Amino acid sequence: MKDSTKIIKAGLNKRYAREKRFKFFGLCSIILSFAFLLILLSTIVGRGLPAFQQTYMKLDVTLDEETLGVTSNSSSKELFSAKYDKVIRNTLYDMFPNVSDRKEKRALRNIVSNSAAYDLRDKVIANPELLGTTQSYWFLAKDDVDVYMKGNIDRNLPESDRRIKDFQLVWIDRLIAEDRLEKRFNTVLFNAADSREPEQAGMRGAIMGSFLTMLVTLLLSFPVAVAAAAYLEEFAPQNNRWVDLIEVNINNLAAVPSIVFGLLGLAVFINFFGVPRSTPLIGGLVLSLMTLPTIIIASRAAIKAVPPSIKEAAIGMGASPVQTLFQHTLPLAMPGILTGTIIGMAQALGETAPLLMIGMVAFVAEVPGGIFDPATVMPVQIYLWSDSPERAFTERTSAAIMVLLAFLIVMNLIAIILRKKFERRW
Amino acid sequence: MNEILETLPGTTTQSLQSDEPKPEAKTRDEFDVEIDGTVGQPFVDNPKMSSRNCDVFYAEKQAIFDVNVDIGRNEIIAMIGPSGCGKSTYLRVLNRMNDTIPICRTTGTHTLDGEDIYAKDQDPVLLRARVGMVFQKPNPFPKSIYDNVAYGPRLHGLTSNRSELDDLVEASLTKAGLFKEVKDDLQKPGTGLSGGQQQRLCIARAIAVDPEVILMDEPTSALDPIATAIIEELMDDLKESYTIAIVTHSMQQAARVSQRTAYFHLGRLVEVNDTDKVFTNPEHQLTENYITGRFG
Repeated sequence: MKDSTKIIKAGLNKRYAREKRFKFFGLCSIILSFAFLLILLSTIVGRGLPAFQQTYMKLDVTLDEETLGVTSNSSSKELFSAKYDKVIRNTLYDMFPNVSDRKEKRALRNIVSNSAAYDLRDKVIANPELLGTTQSYWFLAKDDVDVYMKGNIDRNLPESDRRIKDFQLVWIDRLIAEDRLEKRFNTVLFNAADSREPEQAGMRGAIMGSFLTMLVTLLLSFPVAVAAAAYLEEFAPQNNRWVDLIEVNINNLAAVPSIVFGLLGLAVFINFFGVPRSTPLIGGLVLSLMTLPTIIIASRAAIKAVPPSIKEAAIGMGASPVQTLFQHTLPLAMPGILTGTIIGMAQALGETAPLLMIGMVAFVAEVPGGIFDPATVMPVQIYLWSDSPERAFTERTSAAIMVLLAFLIVMNLIAIILRKKFERRW
Repeated sequence: MNEILETLPGTTTQSLQSDEPKPEAKTRDEFDVEIDGTVGQPFVDNPKMSSRNCDVFYAEKQAIFDVNVDIGRNEIIAMIGPSGCGKSTYLRVLNRMNDTIPICRTTGTHTLDGEDIYAKDQDPVLLRARVGMVFQKPNPFPKSIYDNVAYGPRLHGLTSNRSELDDLVEASLTKAGLFKEVKDDLQKPGTGLSGGQQQRLCIARAIAVDPEVILMDEPTSALDPIATAIIEELMDDLKESYTIAIVTHSMQQAARVSQRTAYFHLGRLVEVNDTDKVFTNPEHQLTENYITGRFG
């Protein structure tokens, strides 16, 4: 054996050991991060899953014209302001005639959500012939009942430590015995806007708000960022001091804390340009500022990665620089540009801090219909709910996080699909 | 440390020595031959293209020094020389490809059919349609074969309807000797072809706009000998309708395909002569050194 072979052989074991160690560390870090992800997901899913069910209560309401204060000839306006809450109240009093104490009576009224009266109103207006009849309807139960039904209130605790007192438990037990309490899929969560009452609070307002905000962000940041990246990469003079300065600043902008963009939006867009606060428009403007550097940097990298031979071929055929850009460079760079865009958008979708500065943290009980309506967004909704004292909001917070994560996963999926669709071999 | 180094393969002086005797070491003298203008016959009557006093600079660095040469009609002129001698740079002067490099500056007078191609009113887009180019690495667009060939005609609006375009694509592919092989796969991606086919596709793409001159920058250096032979044959056919300037590293190729050969050395045009003369009886010492393999 030659000397050199011996030396190499002696070192081989060391090399393999190093390789094994490196593989082991890599595997460890993957397992560790995966474990944390699992813990995070299981906690959120475990907490949030019950929120997708909601307790409903069956009441046999007698739509007595006298109690409602209307007649069958009343106009829809009169029907609208009739005393439906009184009907609900009377129904409950009739079911539990023994309740006489004022405090207990109030507790009895609060066993069903105050949305019951509105539900009843909508039903009567839709079908006035219901007047004078007795109907069985399922109404939303109050959040405390819902929390109890989901097993989150321990009846063995001393009465003073429970939200539900002994006399209320008697009612609930009787309602359960009569099959008047039932857990159903929580459509409210997806159909309603925010509410102070947990059982009536939904995410639709936040989802719409996020959607509109993202739309504004995308429409503003994508064209601007791609144009900026294409200009800097293909047209800007090389080794120019100003161009270098702009490049450095774009890279720095990507690292600026997002709340600073919120302050900027407040000072410039709201105070100077008078853009209405709390709207998807201002949210989109501020988030565009935040997303721009991300998309510009990704787009520049993607444009730079387009083989120069393709550009040369186009120019050699007599294509102008702009034709080369639009016919060859951008289509080939599109997968990278789209990936960067979706990453930027996903970042913007999860952003809270800058929106606090521009009034999107407001309580908005209406689903926004356009970019000029007051709105909130999903992460802010999560923040608002997590801050609410009611027990029932805890599970809704987790449910909202699940919905937000679902949106992020869908966005990433879209990124992958778009990437595959636009990817071409060269 | 030295001990170890000596035991490692490749570091000993012994292993470097091959069995065959090495050609005698190059001396400085052989490179230091004076280049004083171009010898031979750089000029022809009624040239297709011509350059006078051509200097090219990359920023401060001068890449080409005072090149004067004519390219005759329907001839193939080969440009040879060691790496970095400026032959590719000169080729790119002829269709203003160097314009795309911001730091590149070209001086001198360059004409196509007596027309100044660097004149202020000369449009590089039009020029590149008249002076096509085929690159070293086959670079078809990531589109279908059809779209690759149709790119130029579409870009310049050469055809008015689909059937005309179809005919033009077929004619161009036929001229490039590729039509038979791909006629059933016109909608397949051009990048899926073999290297030699890709290069012929690039030639078809270049001739689809019916240029007057075709510049080829080492068109076969990335291809195997069979593909090379096909393309060399093709060049011979193309000569009938086009003027071709080819940069090549292979002296055999230059000898096979060209009528005239230009030898570049360190940015200067040393000798231009009929190909036969260059390879059998070169006038300049440097040319002789190069073609006999003394350096390069």
